[in-house]
Amino acid sequence: MSEISKQRPKFLAIHEIRLPLAGFASILHRMSGAGLFLMLPLLVYVLQVSLDPSPEGVAAFKAVTGNPFVKLILFGLSWAFLHHFCMGIRILLIDVHVGVEKDAATKSATAVLAVSLALTLVVAMKFLGVF
Amino acid sequence: MNRIVVGAHYGLKDWLAQRITGVVMAVYTVILMFYLFTGGAASAEAWRATMSGGFMRFISFLFIISLCYHAWVGIRDIWMDYVKPTSVRLTLHTLTLLTLVGVAGWATQIIWRL
Repeated sequence: MSEISKQRPKFLAIHEIRLPLAGFASILHRMSGAGLFLMLPLLVYVLQVSLDPSPEGVAAFKAVTGNPFVKLILFGLSWAFLHHFCMGIRILLIDVHVGVEKDAATKSATAVLAVSLALTLVVAMKFLGVF
Repeated sequence: MNRIVVGAHYGLKDWLAQRITGVVMAVYTVILMFYLFTGGAASAEAWRATMSGGFMRFISFLFIISLCYHAWVGIRDIWMDYVKPTSVRLTLHTLTLLTLVGVAGWATQIIWRL
């Protein structure tokens, strides 16, 4: 038996795991990335029809972005993108040893959660034509 | 041949690629946001003009390629973490790769035919 295949302890009772805030932000990073990947075809489609000047293109853009369900998905994806973006910056900073300490890491995780939600609100307001 | 496929340095290249592609996308996002919040998408014409500029097409292409590489590494990591049976994992890896290559072509074609 090599070192690699030896039995290791496992604890995967998901409902019992209590993640610290940084861990929570981290799993959201993974989930937001997965969500963005799964919805890539929708996003590329929206890009395509948004740039299509033909009457069909204009109609298709109106139809897809006017759909309340799609709108909700797009807001969700805006949050996913912004969370992934903010968390990515946090990861890059930790890579260069900024904010590695537990205290600082918790604070930066809080900041990521707050900033990405705030930016999502700004994007949603822009999308809805508030400003 | 007995080869240990885990352990130190295996995956360092992907780790680095994940950072580089992430930075490319972050910079692109800031540039695009600047355009969007200064009227770059005020109308369908303005949006087309924004996206069809030579520089914009150049960096949009970099964004698309970065995104697909970044997603490949990230999604592959998810499959590696949670999917144990080799055949299922290999199938998912293949489907992910094919999807991303297709998306890269589709998105590039949208940007470049403008």
